[in-house]
Amino acid sequence: MSEGDISRRGFFIAVTGLVGGVIGVVLGVPAIAYLLDPAFRSSPKEAWISIGKLADMPVGKPYPFSFTRVELNGWERTSTSHGGFVIRKSDSPTDLIIFNSRCTHLGCTVNWQEAAQAFICPCHDGKFSEDGTVLAGPPPRPLDRYADFRLTADGVLEIHYKES
Amino acid sequence: MWKKVYEWLDERIGLNDLYKNLLDRPEPRGNWWNTLGSASLFLFILQGVTGIFLTVYYTPSPDHAYDSINYIMNGVAFGWLIRGIHHWGATLMVIVVFVHMLRVFVTASFKYPRELTWLVGIGLFLLTLGMGFTGYLLPWNQQSYWATTVGTQIAGSVPLIGDFILKALRGGPDLSALTLQRFFAAHIWMLPAALAGLIGLHLYLIIKHGESNFPSKED
Repeated sequence: MSEGDISRRGFFIAVTGLVGGVIGVVLGVPAIAYLLDPAFRSSPKEAWISIGKLADMPVGKPYPFSFTRVELNGWERTSTSHGGFVIRKSDSPTDLIIFNSRCTHLGCTVNWQEAAQAFICPCHDGKFSEDGTVLAGPPPRPLDRYADFRLTADGVLEIHYKES
Repeated sequence: MWKKVYEWLDERIGLNDLYKNLLDRPEPRGNWWNTLGSASLFLFILQGVTGIFLTVYYTPSPDHAYDSINYIMNGVAFGWLIRGIHHWGATLMVIVVFVHMLRVFVTASFKYPRELTWLVGIGLFLLTLGMGFTGYLLPWNQQSYWATTVGTQIAGSVPLIGDFILKALRGGPDLSALTLQRFFAAHIWMLPAALAGLIGLHLYLIIKHGESNFPSKED
């Protein structure tokens, strides 16, 4: 047998190794993709959400709104409720503040109390003024705002919702 | 370098002996019918690996079982492939194990000194059928639900203790969440553990006795 020749046994070892390697890759790559699949996914975490007609919102009085976001994790749907208040300071369609009604303390929903002229959190008596600043109680920072909003051609106010 | 590592390991583990005894055993003569046992072992390992992968997404509850399998088939990358291999591998395994058994019977390989190998093999065959039966319910669709209803009903037709067997299998008088959960436990823990143990015994006996010669015309 000259140099470079291959024995029958050596040939079979090489072919077995080669075929085994190909099978390993063909099965291994899908296996890894299968396991890591959720890590490669990205779900849209932002959307423009309409919260009502501007004409329906009175000037100077907080206008409550709410919406639901549905998220699909695998086969399971979870919906989360969100809410907030629109406060129009004047007739100008851009002169308004949109608050998130989630208390900045521990996440309860604040309510507008007409008598107190403040947003009161029912959980720990957090108190926010009409412009969202903390008046009393444990909240560490003012109410969060939906700073990004727009008015559609037919007068509907929309907020740009982003998952935090 | 690798040679030295190998020699160090071989001295302590006995890799060469393992190779000689497990993979370099003398065969009576080349015959494809003698490969069915190895094919069964390969299918068992394949079912084990793909089954473990399926548990990453599968949920054994009546609320989620069907949806989670739907998600494996349509949502997860290559989920259809993993489940497809498991699904068809199951059918193939029952066939291959049965033909293997048939081969052993026809060539009279179950005779002295291999009676125990044969008996253990019967256990392996029954466990394989048990894997098929318990796995069939897990998708929790109409087909699997009614197949299990009928299957457990048949087990329940045994005289005297039939009702007890039925309730033991179903985890109650009806097919319920308990049935799905216990079939799942049997399918992924109990039956595979029993299979693995008996396979070890089966292999030990085969290696100990070597493979039988095919009967000649005089036999």
